Amino acid sequence: MKIKLAQKILAKNDDYASANRKFFKRNNILCINMISSPGSGKTTILEQTAKALKKKIKIAVIEGDLYTERDAERIRKTGLQAIQIETKGACHLNADQITKAVHKLDTENLDVLVIENVGNLVCPSDFDLGEIARVVVLSTTEGDDKCVKYPGSFAKADVLLINKIDLAKHLDFSIAKAKRDARKLNKHLKIFEISAKTLAGLDKWFNWLIMFSGRRARRPK
Amino acid sequence: MHEAMVAESIIDSILSQVPNKHGRVIRVVISCGQINAINDEAMKFAFDIAAEETICKDAKLKIKHIPLKATCENCSKKFNYDLYDPCCPKCSKNDIKIGEDAPLLLEEIEFEEN
Ligand SMILES: [Zn+2]
Repeated sequence: MKIKLAQKILAKNDDYASANRKFFKRNNILCINMISSPGSGKTTILEQTAKALKKKIKIAVIEGDLYTERDAERIRKTGLQAIQIETKGACHLNADQITKAVHKLDTENLDVLVIENVGNLVCPSDFDLGEIARVVVLSTTEGDDKCVKYPGSFAKADVLLINKIDLAKHLDFSIAKAKRDARKLNKHLKIFEISAKTLAGLDKWFNWLIMFSGRRARRPK
Repeated sequence: MHEAMVAESIIDSILSQVPNKHGRVIRVVISCGQINAINDEAMKFAFDIAAEETICKDAKLKIKHIPLKATCENCSKKFNYDLYDPCCPKCSKNDIKIGEDAPLLLEEIEFEEN
């Protein structure tokens, strides 16, 4: 007996995601899903962002990691609220984990919620968390062929942060090539070249965040 | 390995839909878009593991890949987008509008009653 189902496999995740998105929109929270390979510098970018913006806007962070609270502790040191989700080995976060984590946060007057996804360019891109914007981080130490190898992450992003540009001159990383490849997949992509270490270029990223944050929350295009 | 999570979701949906569980599932058909990044080998491996000890054990998994549709904004040509060579097959420009990627779908199952 053949049974036609035509059913969305990730329907349960998508239901949680759309409930999350409704919550963020209703409360004017710019929720960002940040995706990258391990070691791209996401946590350092967030530390710098916290330092520069915490007096201007209210930011909170949800950290997704396979194990440990280490990243959340780094963020808390900057004075922001941070909730850790330990995935116990899973390679990505699910929308229902975000729902639970959001309940633990003080979201009153929150302008920006950053979800630091598990370090992995493949799997997180399939799971909608209910974010308002998706940010992908690519660092120059990873090679400039990442866009071609992991198109999903770049095709579905709103912003690309090319990090560690201070090291590019020592490596075979062509920033121009990475930008070209990413734009081919996604011509609306906003690209910022930054170094979270030297602070180069970060002001543009900060401006973007402020512009789309909180009271003005809407999908940036 | 998001395939593991996908496999568990497939088995969960099947188990909640099979009319009565006196029988077994012998074939499962799923479809996915290009951007879902479903790797056939990883998917089949994960499916076999998730199917263990359920009525889906030993079921054959068929994976249909749905191409991503694109339109050239320069010459209006419609074509199947190639992630690895993203330019228009007619005019070679890469000013391209990509359509929606197909979702991950559980298309059908074949159930054998006993
Ligand atoms: Zn063309």
